[in-house]
Amino acid sequence: MTDERVIDIRGLVKRFGSFRALDGLDLDVGPGEVHGFLGPNGAGKSTTIRVLLGLLRRDGGEVRLFGGDPWSEAAALHKRLAYVPGDVNLWPNLTGGEVIDLLGRLRGSLDEARRQELVDAFELDPTKKGRAYSKGNRQKVALVAALASDVDLLVLDEPTSGLDPLMEEVFQTYVDQFRDRGHAVLLSSHILAEVEQLCDRVSIIRAGKVVESGTLADLRHLTRTSISAELERPPTGLDALEGVHDLSVEGTRVRFQVDTARLDAALQALLPAGVRSLTSQPPTLEELFLRHYGDDLP
Amino acid sequence: MSGTGTFLWTFLKRDKWMLLWWILGAAGLYVVTCYSVDQLYTTQQQYDEAAASMEGNAAFIAMAGPPRALDTLGGQTAWQTTAFGAILVGLMSMFVVGRHTRAEEEAGRDELLRASAVGRYAPTTAAVLVAAVANLLVGLLVSVSLTAYGLAGADSFGLGLGATAVGWFFTGTALIAMQLTASTRSAYGVAGIVIALSYVLRAIGDVGNGVLSWCSPIGWYQAMHQFSGLRWWPMLLLLAGAGVALTTAYSLFGRRDYGSGIVATRPGRPRARRGLLSGEGLAWSLQRGAVLGWAGGMFLGGLAYGAIGDDVKALIGDSQTSQDLFVQAGDDLVTGFYGTSILMLAVICAGFAIASALRPRGEEENGHLEVTLATALPRSRWLLGHVLVTVGGTALVLAVAGLGLGAGYLLVTGDGEAAWSFSWPVLQYLAPVLVLSGFARLLFGVLPRWTVLAWAPLAFSAVVMLFGDLFQIPQWLQDVSPFEHLPMVPAEDFDWAPVLVVAAVALALSVAGQMAFRRRDVH
Repeated sequence: MTDERVIDIRGLVKRFGSFRALDGLDLDVGPGEVHGFLGPNGAGKSTTIRVLLGLLRRDGGEVRLFGGDPWSEAAALHKRLAYVPGDVNLWPNLTGGEVIDLLGRLRGSLDEARRQELVDAFELDPTKKGRAYSKGNRQKVALVAALASDVDLLVLDEPTSGLDPLMEEVFQTYVDQFRDRGHAVLLSSHILAEVEQLCDRVSIIRAGKVVESGTLADLRHLTRTSISAELERPPTGLDALEGVHDLSVEGTRVRFQVDTARLDAALQALLPAGVRSLTSQPPTLEELFLRHYGDDLP
Repeated sequence: MSGTGTFLWTFLKRDKWMLLWWILGAAGLYVVTCYSVDQLYTTQQQYDEAAASMEGNAAFIAMAGPPRALDTLGGQTAWQTTAFGAILVGLMSMFVVGRHTRAEEEAGRDELLRASAVGRYAPTTAAVLVAAVANLLVGLLVSVSLTAYGLAGADSFGLGLGATAVGWFFTGTALIAMQLTASTRSAYGVAGIVIALSYVLRAIGDVGNGVLSWCSPIGWYQAMHQFSGLRWWPMLLLLAGAGVALTTAYSLFGRRDYGSGIVATRPGRPRARRGLLSGEGLAWSLQRGAVLGWAGGMFLGGLAYGAIGDDVKALIGDSQTSQDLFVQAGDDLVTGFYGTSILMLAVICAGFAIASALRPRGEEENGHLEVTLATALPRSRWLLGHVLVTVGGTALVLAVAGLGLGAGYLLVTGDGEAAWSFSWPVLQYLAPVLVLSGFARLLFGVLPRWTVLAWAPLAFSAVVMLFGDLFQIPQWLQDVSPFEHLPMVPAEDFDWAPVLVVAAVALALSVAGQMAFRRRDVH
């Protein structure tokens, strides 16, 4: 089990009528890994998750979940995973406590001590009926049910959109603990700060395809770093350097962006001008994200 | 109160179709009753026979009201409509008031509006006005159409405006109920109990010494003696009661916090009972309310038929049309009538069976299914849980309808043997009813977006049952209805063969639907 890939998707295709919702998607998640799954609405994140959960049948490609087929072996595989949807709808006439117990029992495992601990940590009132909960509280119910299970994989589809910052922190603590026990997490999210905080690797999905995948460090390498410097003399030769963009020189002040792979050459070019001060900003995930989605905006 | 006018217009615009159907439905009850009584009894002798039979029937009196002037068209119309008309306007008022007050508050939409420059009481006042106008329209429509039909004008207005006053009374009690609890459902529950209690109190009073009838707004409405010496003063009781109820509701509204009720919400279970913790347990807990509600309703429906007793002839009169409709088989009027009644009850029960078979689609549409199937519960097992509830629930609802019919007959005639022979045959219709629910399940498996089509076979079967011979629908087309293949027990002899064949069709449809569901995408 130690070497087994938790999620292994290659060339996944899913069509709805003539629309290709997933168009050759690859995704790979190993044990002990929190994998960020990024993309705008309609890119295919939820469709991918539904194929993984055996709710949708794939039209092409290979999908392995714990080495098994998520469609034909769904029920058996689901003993090893817990799922939190983005829009949690609870049964209006069941209480939060009843839903947690029900989902736990149907999944086959519920750690009693952790259940109680989570209910306290999330400050959840388990005696309220489903219809009386706010969006954030409905999400807490689903999160407690998922985090209290003894499973090897958490599938979280934008799980914190209704949580306040305090609860967001509680959520992150428990996801960290879960990973530290050697389990895997697939976290689809819009909240880039959360992804930066939690994820070991990310995949960026667009129009049914993964367009970028790797560790955050890998991805940063592919993007630009912003440099601003105060020099002794006006610099020379920067404008001729490959990989330098948006260069602006005002006397001895200089600002530019540089492809992270060419950072070294750019700094070498600054040194002869005498560097008094220098700030460099690594690319944020936002920039990464926008780079992939901003490209072909009209 | 500023902003009331704006709210009033918004509510009327939002509700126009719903209000139209309620108003036409409530007023239609009066007009259709008047018309059908007029069609049923063509001579004074028939009126006299019917009156004699009904006046001595305690079950009828409990159901409808004190029997007065039943040998006239107006008297019959008033007697048959007042109690049910009062219930209809009561329900209409309850839903109008509830949906614009407590339901909005619970959903949180109201908050947005209240934050703007409107008076605290504006939405509530506008909701009360909508209900008041709707009730007035019902009353006027009844008054004018019955007068136009040729009934005495003053009494027609007494019948119509009395209904308006009852509606206003229940508007007030519904508004009190909306202040009591934080949950819309329980508020509807409380308001509904007030209506039910009003009906039951007058039923007991009408059968007994009449005292309890004076404790019920429906009793006051009937005390106006429409078409049997009209008097207006009991209507003052209704108007005063409505005033007191509305004043009380406004004062409670002023005393409570936004979003909460006067009665604090009772906490639910922090842990699940063991019975809930399985696919079958979940299916049962989701459908329990519907099963028990239908069972209760069908028991009363059966009771209503059974309470007609063996005096069938006086009731349905001599007209050929009503005999064709109510006695579709056999030579004997009584067994023929009950054979037909049992079939009608069974067709109504099919409404439950179809709704229950479509419940899984509801679970899929509102996103519960996704979460449920992400657990280790297999698809087939999940659906099987709902199938078991549908089949078991349908059997229960049918059995209870039969029991009600038998009980009613036994109470009125004391003839246990006949009562039993009218009770059990309803169970044979489990097979055709399950054909209709099996068709619904097949749609769920194959064409989930088109599950609304599941109601078409019920509509078709009902038309065939009621009008098949009347409209001379060709037999091959009538045979499409699964109900057509069974003998009308007790007017005809029971036979296992058609029951088993129809049951096999039901099983095949259901299994096909279950297998299709295992292979399709879940959305």
